[in-house]
Amino acid sequence: MLEIDELAVRLPRTARPAIDHISLTVAANETVGLVGESGSGKSLTARAVLGLLPKDAQISGEIRMDGADVLTMSPAGLRRHRTHSAAMIYQDPRAALSPFRRIGDFLAEILREEIGAKAARSRAVELLELVGLSEPERRVRQYPHELSGGMLQRVVIAAALAGEPRLLLADEPTTALDVTTQAEIIGLLRDLRARMRTGMLFITHDLELAATICDRVYVMYAGRIVETGLTRRLFAEPRHPYTSGLLAATPRVSALGTLPPAIPGRPPDLLSAPPGCRFAPRCPHVMDSCTAAAPPLVDGVACVKAEL
Amino acid sequence: MAGFLLWRLAGMAAILGASSVLVFGALQLAPGDPATFLLSGRSATPEAIAAIRAQYRLDDPLPVQYLHWIGGVLTGDFGRSVQFRTDVGGLIASRAPITLTLIAMAFALTMILGVALGVWSATRPGAVDKAVLVGSSVAVATPSFVLGFVLIALFSVKLGWFPSIGAGEGLADRLHHLALPAVALALTFAGVLSRVSRTAMIDQLGQEYVTVARGRGVPEPTIVRRHVLRGAMTVTLTYGGLLVPGLLVSTVLVETAFGVNGLGQLLQYSVTVKDFPVVQALTLLTVAVFVLANLVVDLLAPLADPRVRLGAVS
Repeated sequence: MLEIDELAVRLPRTARPAIDHISLTVAANETVGLVGESGSGKSLTARAVLGLLPKDAQISGEIRMDGADVLTMSPAGLRRHRTHSAAMIYQDPRAALSPFRRIGDFLAEILREEIGAKAARSRAVELLELVGLSEPERRVRQYPHELSGGMLQRVVIAAALAGEPRLLLADEPTTALDVTTQAEIIGLLRDLRARMRTGMLFITHDLELAATICDRVYVMYAGRIVETGLTRRLFAEPRHPYTSGLLAATPRVSALGTLPPAIPGRPPDLLSAPPGCRFAPRCPHVMDSCTAAAPPLVDGVACVKAEL
Repeated sequence: MAGFLLWRLAGMAAILGASSVLVFGALQLAPGDPATFLLSGRSATPEAIAAIRAQYRLDDPLPVQYLHWIGGVLTGDFGRSVQFRTDVGGLIASRAPITLTLIAMAFALTMILGVALGVWSATRPGAVDKAVLVGSSVAVATPSFVLGFVLIALFSVKLGWFPSIGAGEGLADRLHHLALPAVALALTFAGVLSRVSRTAMIDQLGQEYVTVARGRGVPEPTIVRRHVLRGAMTVTLTYGGLLVPGLLVSTVLVETAFGVNGLGQLLQYSVTVKDFPVVQALTLLTVAVFVLANLVVDLLAPLADPRVRLGAVS
């Protein structure tokens, strides 16, 4: 359904592409994780799928939704794509809604001109019911500041479902929420995925969270995909040192009081372009050949050692 | 809400009381004696001068004069005009409709022009934005009376479309007469407002919810109208409301330039001839308009921004 083919995006005044020739697919009714640290290019990838890249970015490659390339769509085609093919769930629901407008106006916005204002209003109430928000009739008349973060994220999810999209792009949908609300939202997403049979690209920095909901996972580092595979396989036997590092860095309740080992160093920013494998400066198993050339993604992993 | 209003009304009364002392005191400090104007150069007997000074209570101690004046003001009596020998309240009431019409026209023009230019320049970066910025700089830097003379030369003298003097009779004729003065009055303020609304709109365009709306396939004109313009409304309404007292003050220049016999011209003339009861009343009126404009802006704030609740700050 969604095929990203050799997508590269370079922002102006940067030393390396923010997205560096990545390819990924999401099939209908499949949940795919895109995991990585902040700044790895995951959110930009999701925005690219909606055709929301900055005007001055240099772009190559293709993003095909049911065969049609998003990057070359007409404005009308792009609008149809954004309303009915793909929809995004955002990280911070409070920033995603205008504080000046009622919940109902936000939900009905894209439906108004298609089905009329009155039908759009009753559809807004239905959508809020669908995402399990109490008193939907009252909610549509409320303003965002009158709702909690978890309730607002349900509103954002309801808005994403408004156009009955075939693909949901969930960009860190639980990061801005507290832990119990996180669990509720993940439960809701699972439930909706099963009922609506939509595909989902689930973006997170939390590998454990990805494991609870995703069928397959792509691990992204500094704009490149370094490892991909079925969730179960990736967890059982991570092959890229970065994936192992991420897994080891997850805090566990079984090891209370001890901090998990962090990956030393930090990801390169967009102004520096380390040669070869971008992870080499932080890699515990680094060899001379690592910095010579970037290892290609072969058999689901991009690492010199894995090829041996 | 009621508490907020009471609190604000008490504040307004305090401000007006303090201003009345300042207004009264300032006029006492200014040089010149109203009695001299009243006699307008004629030689008068000391008795005649004394009679006039007694009539306007010029020989009473200042605090007594002030108390007499403010006591009258509180009962709606602003005294008698020295130059017109009539009741000041009636004089102001007879001229107020002209100035109110002028201010209303100029205010409407300011809001429409200011916001439209702001939208235009915020949504079209590059040549359009630069042109609007240069245009608004010129508008802000041009004094309204200079602009008034330019407008008269062009539209009255050369083209003959608009009258160059007077306030007109009847609604249509009045609007026709006041059109040029309103433009002269509005352009400066519209220039300022266009800058303010441009900045507010650019701020809105950078908000995440605008990107979200775009990503949801909301058409761009709808985004500008319902998100950007709506979000910038708090700023434009507040700023626009606070321009009203400025418009009132600027009528002094514009009404004089266009020979419109409204309050501005009355104030200008009264200052020249030391008609102190009129000057005091008009100055106090200006302060009242300023305080009222602030109150109205604050009362409207919850309509523009649902997060604002009256009295939450005060």
